Amino acid sequence: MNAHVETTDAQRAPGSHQSRRDRLRSYSIGFGLAVLFTAGSFAASSSHLVWGPSIPVLLAVLAIAQMGVHLVFFLHISTAPDSTNNVLSLAFGVFVVGLVIFGSMIIMANLNHAMMPMDQLIDIHKQR
Amino acid sequence: MNTTVDVASEEMPEGIPLSERGPASTRVVAAFGFWLFLLSDIIVFSALFAAYAVLNGETNGGPSASELFDKRHVLFETGCLLASSFTCGMMMIAIEERSKASTYFWALVTAALGVVFLYLEVSEFGGMLSAGAGPSRSAFLSSFFTLVGTHGAHVTAGLAWLLIMMAQIGTMGFRPMVIRRMVCFSLFWHALDIVWIGVFTVVYLGAAHT
Repeated sequence: MNAHVETTDAQRAPGSHQSRRDRLRSYSIGFGLAVLFTAGSFAASSSHLVWGPSIPVLLAVLAIAQMGVHLVFFLHISTAPDSTNNVLSLAFGVFVVGLVIFGSMIIMANLNHAMMPMDQLIDIHKQR
Repeated sequence: MNTTVDVASEEMPEGIPLSERGPASTRVVAAFGFWLFLLSDIIVFSALFAAYAVLNGETNGGPSASELFDKRHVLFETGCLLASSFTCGMMMIAIEERSKASTYFWALVTAALGVVFLYLEVSEFGGMLSAGAGPSRSAFLSSFFTLVGTHGAHVTAGLAWLLIMMAQIGTMGFRPMVIRRMVCFSLFWHALDIVWIGVFTVVYLGAAHT
């Protein structure tokens, strides 16, 4: 019986607890973490403590972590049974977003690379 | 025997099999439908992000990202939006308690922070336009104004929605329908904050590292 209670507690979203205190705590934890990540990425973008070329990677990691915090503590996406459809559609959304952004970037970088330099292109036109 | 009991308790938190529980409550279904809309909205933003990422360096001799953006200004904008996300959560707690006074109070704080955010954004746009860095200057600036402007338009729509919802709470009270709409509003407001994380990371902080 004890085990039963534990699973239901674990399956609840951090913000979907009934009591006011728990909800308040969920929003406060989320807000604290979000402030921490935001301050971290603003500090990292202009710091000299981190090796320069690694800063974009650090910024990406901090941004993704903060998005996760917002999803869990503010939007209450969780592994609860109520939330299964939400999680599945979120996974599909993330897949499409990744496809659109990184697909476009790869294709455009590839086209840029394959394109003839502009001065040579102008020379060809002038020869006619 | 023990293992089967464990599996059963994991699948049936309330002791009823999933297949026999009947349809989910309207609140769960409405939130799911709105969540699908939000995901499609985020996909729209992802296309704008892709355009920005591709056109980032195409300044056509005009000002580049690292010359234009003021980091302190953006930090203040980000703080406003983040705080308004938190106060929106406080408003949802007030609604769960059916307290009109604190709902109005937190809605007012949320809206005020949203208005400050919009004011900062419009003043930034105005400064750029008067400095000759409008959307027609270069492909980079076109994609910048489209991406950040679309986010700003969403915040404006959210503010209008919040205003309408306060009027509905005033005239109809805490009906289930009104509460469902408020849940959808809070999802919308938090999703806008998630999009803003992408904007300040890619556009404003990424500017120095491209």
